[in-house]
Amino acid sequence: MADWQTERRTRQERMKAGGAFAQGKIVAEKDATALLEAVIRPGDRVCLEGDNQKQADFLATALANANPQILHDLHIVQSGIVLPEHIDLFEKGIARKLDFSYSGPQGGAISRALDSGKIELGAIHTYVELFGRYFVDLTPNVALSVARSADRDGNLYMGPNTEDSPVVIEATAYKNGIVIAQVNEIVDKLPRVDIPGDQVDFIVLTKKPFFVEPLFTRDPAQITEIQILAAMMAIKGIYAEYGVKRLNHGIGFNTAAVELLLPTFAEKLGLKGKIATHWALNPHPTLIPAIESGWVKQIHSFGSEVGMDNYMAARPDIYFTGRDGSMSSNRMYCQIAGLYATDMFIGSTLQIDLQGNSSTVTAGRIAGFGGAPNMGSDAHGRRHPSEPWLKAGRQAVDAPSPLARGRKLVVQLVESFSEKMTPVFVEKLDSIALAEKYKLDLAPVMIYGDDVTHIVSEEGIANLLLCRTPEEREQAIRGIAGFTDVGRGRDHKMVEQLRERKIIRRPEDLGVNPLDADRKMLAAQSIKDLMHWSGNLYSPPSKFRNW
Amino acid sequence: MLNLKYTHTAKRRAAGTKKEALIGVVASGNLEVLLERVLPGAACEVEIATPVKGFDATWKAVVDEFVERSAPGGLRISINDGGARPDTVFLRLMQGCAMMESE
Repeated sequence: MADWQTERRTRQERMKAGGAFAQGKIVAEKDATALLEAVIRPGDRVCLEGDNQKQADFLATALANANPQILHDLHIVQSGIVLPEHIDLFEKGIARKLDFSYSGPQGGAISRALDSGKIELGAIHTYVELFGRYFVDLTPNVALSVARSADRDGNLYMGPNTEDSPVVIEATAYKNGIVIAQVNEIVDKLPRVDIPGDQVDFIVLTKKPFFVEPLFTRDPAQITEIQILAAMMAIKGIYAEYGVKRLNHGIGFNTAAVELLLPTFAEKLGLKGKIATHWALNPHPTLIPAIESGWVKQIHSFGSEVGMDNYMAARPDIYFTGRDGSMSSNRMYCQIAGLYATDMFIGSTLQIDLQGNSSTVTAGRIAGFGGAPNMGSDAHGRRHPSEPWLKAGRQAVDAPSPLARGRKLVVQLVESFSEKMTPVFVEKLDSIALAEKYKLDLAPVMIYGDDVTHIVSEEGIANLLLCRTPEEREQAIRGIAGFTDVGRGRDHKMVEQLRERKIIRRPEDLGVNPLDADRKMLAAQSIKDLMHWSGNLYSPPSKFRNW
Repeated sequence: MLNLKYTHTAKRRAAGTKKEALIGVVASGNLEVLLERVLPGAACEVEIATPVKGFDATWKAVVDEFVERSAPGGLRISINDGGARPDTVFLRLMQGCAMMESE
């Protein structure tokens, strides 16, 4: 007789072991490590949120304090490796294998842990890809989540920072797993229920509120005239050219410059209402002036942003908000929106090669990708037309066909040199050497060249859709690569021919006056300006308050 | 301080009548550019004072590209560099030229 209930029985054993430390569902802070040692088993797949903004930081510390004799060889399956404690798990031998998406601040530490053999790397995923695997072959045995508040039944309220939690918890709870959440407070009645209590097994009430990183705040004071110049070219040569209304922006200063030029430069061009109306976007403070000027119709967000709560709650026409009034985010839904329902992704990167492949993995830093590979790819499953999509599709082929499909605009907006005169344009991505070094089956590529439609630098726009051969593509990229070695290695004659065919467009070709590349063109020039634009509803985190 | 000087013949004389223009500031990562309409015909001189050594080839490439892309004939251009990136230098030169050509 087959046994179909082994997982359920295991779950009951784990619940019984954990129950020793709980009153109802509630566990005291001091018992957290003992709880984790009781419910987690060696070799388990564990998701420790671990998002790119909010962190279950208390549970991360509690897990890192576990006895490696009891808990070892865990397989960490979480989107963000952000806290030092996430690395400690591997250094101490509590965890061994890692599948993740984004590592921002820990990029260097992951690289070092790979060097010392402490991390066995599965893969670097895009968000939805990892979430997808939660339901197929990387289902967590235990999820360690985080919420603002809980009630005694375990219902959770997450406010604007819902982020990854619903998808993580659903995958875990419905496959016989254990869900534990740290919460800032326990209340009788929640403002709204983001996660139903029957999916939550244990709650740890913490003294210190959970950590949230302000990841999407870009101080306008740091935007350079080079970034402004490139942003102006992008607005005229791409946003206006294709009439892009539905879009996603990356998090760099380059796209922040675009956001701050909408109410000024773009408004003068008469583009209001014609571009950039519907967004899949985190709550970027730099978009406030455009919102207040009536540019934006609506925004759905992957996560939240520190300081934006009151502003978003006061703008329900723009943001998705719950019945309680506060904004609601969801990384899974917003990634799907970005994949299928936007016509353009525009973002930055650290390296681009001669065919337009790009990566944020550089020597000594494995930063991961987050959502960019998903946003920045042409969705072959898309079946609804729109003018920007169709126009991009027409440019990609010589002869129209009755079954022609469109193309998503995937734009890399970069400066030819990044910090410390590091060239962004390179002959060969660092990730190739990295893949050889760590014997990875797949070199980490953020966006493949065949998905990229345009590259914009301060020198001009390269339209890769219009290129017909690898040689043309290479020269189009060299032709906007500025004074990097790649740029200086251009074939001047061929670059001029590409310019005549409008494959390369310079500021002068687009009618962008270099004198307009002035910080005075930004709708806000400081964080304080953003605050004023918001009617003081935006409350910048202290690290951005320099007055 | 390193001093470099490049002499070119531009495609044509710079438009406009403005005698001189100054753009930018000498700050870290930035530069100041003074343009004077003092040379005959299409002659163009670019003098550079920079604290950073070892980038002669890059300076030459930037000036070559600038002369090719614009028409700075008749201009003597003096650059007071604060360690600016080449793309910033190029933008300032283009801005300076646009100022000389504006009325």
